[in-house]
Order: sequence, then structure tokens, then C-alpha cells
Amino acid sequence: MPEIKVTPLGAGQDVGRSCILVSIAGKNVMLDCGMHMGYNDDRRFPDFSYITQNGRLTDFLDCVIISHFHLDHCGALPYFSEMVGYDGPIYMTHPTKAICPILLEDYRKITVDKKGETNFFTSQMIKDCMKKVVAVHLHQTVQVDEELEIKAYYAGHVLGAAMFQIKVGCESVVYTGDYNMTPDRHLGAAWIDKCRPDLLITESTYATTIRDSKRCRERDFLKKVHETVERGGKVLIPVFALGRAQELCILLETFWERMNLKAPIYFSTGLTEKANHYYKLFITWTNQKIRKTFVQRNMFEFKHIKAFDRAFADNPGPMVVFATPGMLHAGQSLQIFRKWAGNEKNMVIMPGYCVQGTVGHKILSGQRKLEMEGRQILEVKMQVEYMSFSAHADAKGIMQLIRQAEPRNVLLVHGEAKKMEFLKQKIEQEFHVNCYMPANGETTTIFTNPSIPVDISLGLLKRETAIGLLPDAKKPKLMHGTLIMKDNSFRLVSPEQALKELGLAEHQLRFTCRVHIQDPRKEHETVLRVYNHLKGVLKDYSVQHLPDGSITVESILIQATAHSEDQGTKVLLVSWTYQVGILEDIHFNQF
Amino acid sequence: MKLYCLSGHPTLPCNVLKFKSTTIMLDCGLDMTSTLNFLPLPLVQSPRLSKLPGLVLKDGSTFLDKELKECSGHVFVDSVPEFCLPETELLDLSTVDVILISNYHCMMALPYITEYTGFTGTVYATEPTVQIGRLLMEELVNSIERVPKAQSASTWKNKEVQRLLPAPLKDAVEVSMWRKCYTMPEVNAALSKIQLVGYSQKIELFGAVQVTPLSSGYALGSSNWIIQSHYEKVSYVSGSSLLTTHPQPMDQASLKNSDVLILTGLTQIPTANPDGMVGEFCSNLAMTVRNGGNVLVPCYPSGVIYDLLECLYQYIDSAGLSNVPFYFISPVANSSLEFSQIFAEWLCHNKQTKVYLPEPPFPHAELIQTNKLKHYPSIHGDFSNDFKQPCVIFTGHPSLRFGDVVHFMELWGKSSLNTVIFTEPDFSYLDALAPYQPLAMKCVYCPIDTRLNFIQVSKLLKEVQPLHVVCPEQYTQPPPSQSHRTDLMIDCQPPPMSYRRAEVLTLPYKRRYEKIEIMPELADSLVPLEIKPGISLATVSAMLHTKDNKHVLQLPPKPPQPPTSKKRKRVSDDVPECKPLKPLLSGSIPVDQFVQTLEK
Repeated sequence: MPEIKVTPLGAGQDVGRSCILVSIAGKNVMLDCGMHMGYNDDRRFPDFSYITQNGRLTDFLDCVIISHFHLDHCGALPYFSEMVGYDGPIYMTHPTKAICPILLEDYRKITVDKKGETNFFTSQMIKDCMKKVVAVHLHQTVQVDEELEIKAYYAGHVLGAAMFQIKVGCESVVYTGDYNMTPDRHLGAAWIDKCRPDLLITESTYATTIRDSKRCRERDFLKKVHETVERGGKVLIPVFALGRAQELCILLETFWERMNLKAPIYFSTGLTEKANHYYKLFITWTNQKIRKTFVQRNMFEFKHIKAFDRAFADNPGPMVVFATPGMLHAGQSLQIFRKWAGNEKNMVIMPGYCVQGTVGHKILSGQRKLEMEGRQILEVKMQVEYMSFSAHADAKGIMQLIRQAEPRNVLLVHGEAKKMEFLKQKIEQEFHVNCYMPANGETTTIFTNPSIPVDISLGLLKRETAIGLLPDAKKPKLMHGTLIMKDNSFRLVSPEQALKELGLAEHQLRFTCRVHIQDPRKEHETVLRVYNHLKGVLKDYSVQHLPDGSITVESILIQATAHSEDQGTKVLLVSWTYQVGILEDIHFNQF
Repeated sequence: MKLYCLSGHPTLPCNVLKFKSTTIMLDCGLDMTSTLNFLPLPLVQSPRLSKLPGLVLKDGSTFLDKELKECSGHVFVDSVPEFCLPETELLDLSTVDVILISNYHCMMALPYITEYTGFTGTVYATEPTVQIGRLLMEELVNSIERVPKAQSASTWKNKEVQRLLPAPLKDAVEVSMWRKCYTMPEVNAALSKIQLVGYSQKIELFGAVQVTPLSSGYALGSSNWIIQSHYEKVSYVSGSSLLTTHPQPMDQASLKNSDVLILTGLTQIPTANPDGMVGEFCSNLAMTVRNGGNVLVPCYPSGVIYDLLECLYQYIDSAGLSNVPFYFISPVANSSLEFSQIFAEWLCHNKQTKVYLPEPPFPHAELIQTNKLKHYPSIHGDFSNDFKQPCVIFTGHPSLRFGDVVHFMELWGKSSLNTVIFTEPDFSYLDALAPYQPLAMKCVYCPIDTRLNFIQVSKLLKEVQPLHVVCPEQYTQPPPSQSHRTDLMIDCQPPPMSYRRAEVLTLPYKRRYEKIEIMPELADSLVPLEIKPGISLATVSAMLHTKDNKHVLQLPPKPPQPPTSKKRKRVSDDVPECKPLKPLLSGSIPVDQFVQTLEK
């Protein structure tokens, strides 16, 4: 039976290092190629040796698909394509293709230049890797080869994020990447049509959370920022340069405007300006409202938000700083955090999910004494707030997507095992579909039961649909035909045509049966008697008395002759073709 | 398969294809050449135009002198300009299921179709097509509505009267069908019926037909369309270009193996080379400005203007024009310039790469930043303060009948220092200029039409090899003015089928097969028999389900249809399942074995 096999190399019962192998109808596709933020050793990249121990990966993969530019979805790409070796096509959307190399370069700089690691991918490798990328439009059907096609759907989450449908024949898989089912201030909501895939692979970051209204969260956030600034404190908001950063900037910008606030807002790293530029050029990927008004007022041109300089961190007085990266695991956000952590007037707001092992995760789980590099202990006195602004679907959103796409099976990735377990049960209960949650390296096999497309001759189809008193196309009808299987083609034609095409003669198979009856009358009188009897018995059928003395009942022929020896015995010859007909329950022993 | 031809204009087509029980309208172009018969609409009262004498007919009667005016031997209708609509009587347009739009120039009649015919279907177009189409419509509505005209001439349209008029009014077709411009609410209503699509997106229509837009290389978001079922493929090619300008290159490969290829929207100036024309444009512009004159470029607010600005961007400094102001005046000038920068995905490779940097794809961003190019919604307001001469002005409408261009024609027409340069190929420049004669200003004709020429077409047809080609009749003969140029027509085998306005073509094709799906349970029950090497047969008896134009074969139900009488019902309960009506019998008969079996 045809099957679809799924093996996560990363993001199996885990968040980070997304990398999922899918085998469908003989095609192998790799979904995402991410890094893990919680590790600094070999575990940060997926274990590609699972695919093959030796030889290039190109021979084993038909294509690679990247869902969006976050490093936990694309961070291992240059390593994979240039250091392990893959030359096949890599698909991503245009914004992802534009932004991905910048984040990779940033990642490389932090790892190589700051931490001094060697044996890491180089800038040139990032460039070479990006040359293998094919950009796709939303909803465009990309023919990877003759059989394999992929199609991108809008996923919200971040600029250019997409869900992908992978299809071979009538078997299909949908991979969601990360997605958001509620529109926010700068992005729209994820959308997919009722494509009824055999398997839906969905993220499940917020498998157990049902978030309160976005409005409340925003009000809460603004209130906390405002209060801290009012009492002269500093607010640190660790973010990734692209994504939530723009969302929160728009939020603060409009708030500052409305409240006429004077405290400075800064955005760290040189990426800011550039990042906002991407949003301006790819405005078609943002939400309806921004797209509609961009000619009059571009939402990504901020008046109150200025570029941050390292020296500003020591300035007295209140300020708000957006700093990268978002999980406080390295870079500028961590530096500022160390400076400000000791003062209880200050506040750090974590607007998104933090991977285990990062400083962000530690302070969120209540740890207030942190061991930093060099055995130094950092005491955290500043207020720590967590506010989920991650643009992931919550439990409600995940269920909503499943309802939209109507998959036959669901597979959870990109989440924590315990939470997945809960969601899995809920999905199985509500949708009565199988739900899987493989760990990394574990293969899930799903059996599909595809129907077989064949060509039917139009003549046969029209003849069959026309039969019946009321030619109602919607009513199911019984039809008969002959299937010709030649090479790889299947054609369904009428039996006559099949014979004609193959130059075969049709045999006529007739059954005959003799019935002896005692009847002294003349032959034609016997016939007449039989005829009248049949006519009386078989009111619903066409019974005819032919001029040559025989009787037909539909296609059954009846002839009577006198017995050669005994004129008083008449022999009834009953003859019918080999066919299962309407008269099978008529028995001549009724005489 | 039938094709209803509603427009005779080869570059502004409007055809309806009936294909497998779907009714598909291909483009709805609006023929605006009718406006050339009208007097221009000046923003400020023009003494010259208002003093034009009324028409006196040959027999001396003057009853038309309010409606028709004479200017330098030409007669013009003094009324709000009107447009020639596609045929609306040839078929019931409320039965149209979908409208496919190929580019923003070919959708200008959309409000007339969607708002006046009972149309209830969906319109499909790409995002740039819709956005820029909206701008073109907005500009059109705006430039006509802001100059309200008290009178609306209709006497001349009377058939008896029209007969008496001088050419070209006498020969104007279907004047009774000419309509005034639509309004913004109608535009908005029409555009709300559009569903956005991307290149190579497969769109299912009622499960019977699949349509797909392909990049056509002519304009931002311009597309050709593939209309296909499992066995038939119709390609609709409209406004395509093989030149490298700003849009994504044309997708030719996907047009292969078409049964029918409908070919419209070829270049209107087959003898001019667009590159040469751009060169001429630049040198004429520079010469005029150097001599202290002004340059007027009547143009649409989107399209070729982007390429012209890009050429000027490279040319300005070398030609010593850096101090000359360039003005772009249109109610949608700002929107057009802004929109052009956000459609990275629809641009050619070079421009896409710029966006990845990230930099704006078009250099006019820099022209605006450095104040070399300024844009204004109209000649009122800021423009009148900033206006400095000599200068270069881009403004609409290319017909010279409405829009701010009318003002500048009146203003600059009297001086031979000034030049008007025609770049848009849609209107004959002599006809456009007729109501402004006598004119002292220089006129330069540099039509830039990047659409396919006949050489490119024959190469394309050789490459994609359609079984049949359908095209407007204009393409099957040399242009009337150059009847010896037999190279200026489509040459292919078999010869193309041609259409003209209001004709119905029956397209040649024969459908023989249809797709049907066999459910896996049924497939399992089939017993294939190898009849000849490599060829197997299986008898199929199954339930045929047809839903949404999709056919599915399932296992026949058991028990079979409930018989009528009670007695029979019991009998048929014993029958395990409905057997085939007539099994197929063929092949050699193993007589001996048969006899042996019988003997047992």
C-alpha cells in the first residue's frame, strides 16, 4: 500500500533545529533546515548523516523547502548545502530569500567573530548556498520535477512566512512551518484552502495555550512600559531584528504619538534601518490595512524610534530599548541585560518563546541568580515580564487550521512533548483523525489509499450518464466498461471498442435448454399457449411472438418443435446468451 | 468549443470562450479611440476652443452647429467624450462565469461588464494588474469628472443624421453603443469582484476546467492564460513581450502543446524598434530643452513611463540636463511611483536582486529623492508654485482629449520652441493633434510598443507549436497603409483562423477522453488478464458517481436495486451481488479441456 514516511531530524517533540524529512510516492523532501539556539556543539545542527553516511545529499533529496527566515528554520542551510554537500533546488518565498542571508551572516559573525569558533560556514558559503535558492510566489504551483509539485500559502508569523503543500499525484502533505491564525498590526492571518492533504505537519509551540484577546495583551504591555518609564526606569525588550520587533515598534510608535511621550525609544544593531526597508519593499506581504495606506503613510517609517548606540545604555533617565537577539543568549541584548539587571526600577519584557538553555528561558522560569561566563554570578533584581507576542497559532488556531485544511492525518512538530500529548488527544477526539508526534530520528509511516486516475472514453461516459429515464448527472449509476492497461496508461472504454482496438473477435456464448412437455396440439398452438402464458406471467417484460413461430422474452429465444418420435411431446428450445439478466428468477417449471 | 468575439480592436480584446460548459471572458478592453472624435476637455475655459465654428452641412442646414464643431477641416463632437464598448448583445453576458484579465490596459471596460449586464461571476487578475488598473481607472474618471460638461450631444448619433456627416464621424461604428465614462463607485464595485492570483497558480473552475496565469513580460503583473482540462489546452496570449524591460520575462515553455492558441495584443507599431525609439525620445527631449523649450510627454501613469524615467536617470547627467525639472502630473502619480517599488516579485531578475539588498528596484526613487523628478496630483496647488520653465512634463491622457495634457497643449502649442513627444502607441498622433491645429509646437512621434512583433510571433509559434491559431483579422493581412509588407502578418501552418467584431467562431477540436477515478476498493476487485504482451484487460462494472464535474467509480452496492414486489425481494436477497451485464468473451477456446470439464 502506498505510504508517506516522516522523520524529524529536528523539532521532533522539541522547539528549534526544525528539519523534517518526508518521503512521498518515491520523492524525498526536506522541510526546513534550522539550527538549535539551546546548543553550541554538534547538536545545534540536524544530523544529516541520517540521510546518507557517504556521498552527496543531492542524490537522496529531490528538494529542500524553507518555510521562513528564522534561524531555527534556516540556520543550518549553508552548512547543509556547502559543507555536507547539496546541489538540488531549495525553495523559499521572495522575502525569505531576501532576508535569510542577512540573518545567516549575522549568525556567522556572532559564532565565528565573537565566540571565535572555527569550522563554521563562511560568508562565501552563504552566498553560494543562496544561489541554489529558487524563489516562489504565494499560490504558485511549482513543478519540482514532472511528478512533484509544491505550493506556498500565506502563514502570517513573520514577513514572507509560508506553509507548503507537497503533492505527488493525488497524495499530498502540508507543512505549516510557523504560523499565526490571527492577524496582527503588521501581518495578516494564515490561510489555506480545503486541500484535504493525506498529512498535515503542524507546529505546536502553543499547543496548550489559549491566549486572551490580543487587545488585552497590548494594553498590558503598554501599561508596563509606560509605568516603568514614568518612574524613570529603563525597559529592555529582547527581540529578533525582524518579526516581533516591527510589530512592537508599530505598537509603541502609535502609543508614544497618542500619549505625546518624550522618553527615547531605541532599536539596537545596524540591522534596524535595513530591516524596516525590507518591510517597505515587501509591503504586499503585510496586512490589508498597511497595504492600503502605504502610499499616504508608510507604517515602517518610525518617527519616535531611533538607532541605538552602545554608549546610550549608561545614559541616565528612562528609555526603551529593543535589542537583539530575542532569547538573551548572546549579543547586544545580553550585554544590556547585564548592565541593567541589578536595578529593580528597570524591566525586561520577553515578548516571545525562549528555548531551554538560554538566559531568557532561565529568568522566565524564575531563576534570579545567573551564572555567567567566568563563574561570575549575576543577580537579577530588575522586573522580568513575559508577554506572548510570538506570532504562533495557539491551540485554538491550530484546531482552526485543521478544520480549514481537513487533513486525513496530523503530525505535530515544533513543540514540547507534554503539551503535544495534550493537543494530540484533543485533535483525535475532535476530528477523528490519527495524530502523530514522532521524536527526532523516529519515523512515522502513514498509509495512503489513493484512487487511480484513468482515462474514460467520452462516448462511454456520455452513454452511461444518459441512461435512465431522468438523466440526472448527480445520481450514481451502474456502468460497465473494459479497462485497457498498456504500458503505464489506463483507459476505460466500452467492451466493443476494446475488442475493436485489440483486433479481437468476440465470442457469442449461448446456453440452450430443452424442455419436454406433453402437448398433443399442433406446434403453433403450443407456441401460442406458451406465449399467452408468458405474457400473463411476465407483465413487465417485452414478450413477442415472431412471424417465424418463435417467442422472444427480452433476449431469450423460445422455439417449439414436435418430438421426432413422439408427436404428442413437444420440445421447447430455450436459448439465452451468457449474460446475467433481469429474468434470472423466472423458472420454467412453473408450467 | 466556441469563441464569441466582442471587440474588434486587436490590442484591446474582449472574447468569450465557451469550453466544457464554462463561459470564460478573456479580457475586457475598452476602445478609447472613439474619444478622438470629441473636442478636448480643457480644465480652464479655452477661448480658442469655445470660438470654433459649428458644423454647416453640405445642404446648408445648421441644426447640428451646437453639437458638432469644425477645426482645421475636422469635425468634432462638442460633448463629454464617450467610449466604444465591447458587444453586449452577441451573448447573454450574465451567463459569463469568470473573466480573466491579462494586463491593466485590457480591463478598462470591466465596470461596464460587471455592473450593467447582471454578471455574477468572479474576475481573476494578478495583484499589480488590479492595483495599477485601479490607478488608470481613477485617473480616467477623475480627469473626466472634474470638467463637467453641460451638454451631451446625441442628435448626431441618429442614423439618418450620421449618414450626412463628413468622415470619420460618418464611418464610426456602433455610435449608439458609445457610453460615457463610469463613476468611482462603479469602479470600486467592479474591482471588488476580482480575486487575486499569482503566476503559475492553478485555479479550478467548477472542477471542469483549470486556468493558470503565466508571466507575459509586457507589464507589471501582465499574464497570458492557459485554459485546460485533462485533455484539451487553450492558450490565450495577450500583450506579451520578449524585450527585457522591467517586468518578469515571458513564460514561453508553458504554452507548448496547445490545441488552440488565441493570439491578441501584438505590437501596434510593427515597423518601429522600441530601443531606437527610446534613443530618439531622449535626444529630442535634450535638444528641445537645450534650446530653451519645454517638452510635453502625453502618457499613461504607469508602464512605459517607468522605463523612460530609468533611461532619463542614466541620461540626464551626461546630457547636461541635471538642472531641468521633470514633472509628473497625474492624480495617481504618487501612487503609481510608490506601487512600482513594492512589486519585487513581479519584476525582472535584475530588479529583484536590488530588492534583496534592500534597495528600491526602480531608480526613480533616487530621482525623487534628489528633487530631479517631482510629482503632483494636478496643475492646481503646489505645482503652480513650483512650476519652472523650461521643463519636461509627463502627464495624461495620451488621447489629448482630457487630463492635464490639454492645458499644456493649449499653453505651449503656439511656440515652436516646445515639443510634444508621443510615446504611447494607442492613438494616432495626427488624429490626437487634430483639434489643436494649427500648431506651432514641434511634434515628435516615438511610439514605444514592446509587445511581440511578427518576427517574434513566428518564432514563438514555431517553438510552442499550437495545433490551431486564432487571431483578429487584422493580423492575417498586411497593414492597410503598407499592403506590400507581407512580412507584417502572421505566417503559420495551418493558416490562422481569424475573427472580427461580433463574430462567433467554432474552434476545431475533438474531445475523446475524460478523467475518471477508480476507488482503491474497486481497483482491488478488478481481475486484469494479459491479452497480448504488455496489454491487459479488465472488465469493470461499477457505480459511477459524478460530483462537481469529477467522475468517480466505486464498487457497486450490495445488494443491488431493491426489486418492486415483495416476493422478488426475498429472491434477490440471495443474489450475492450484481454481476456484469455482459462479460467479455474472446481469445482461443481450449476445446479439449472444455469438453473434458463438461464430461465430468
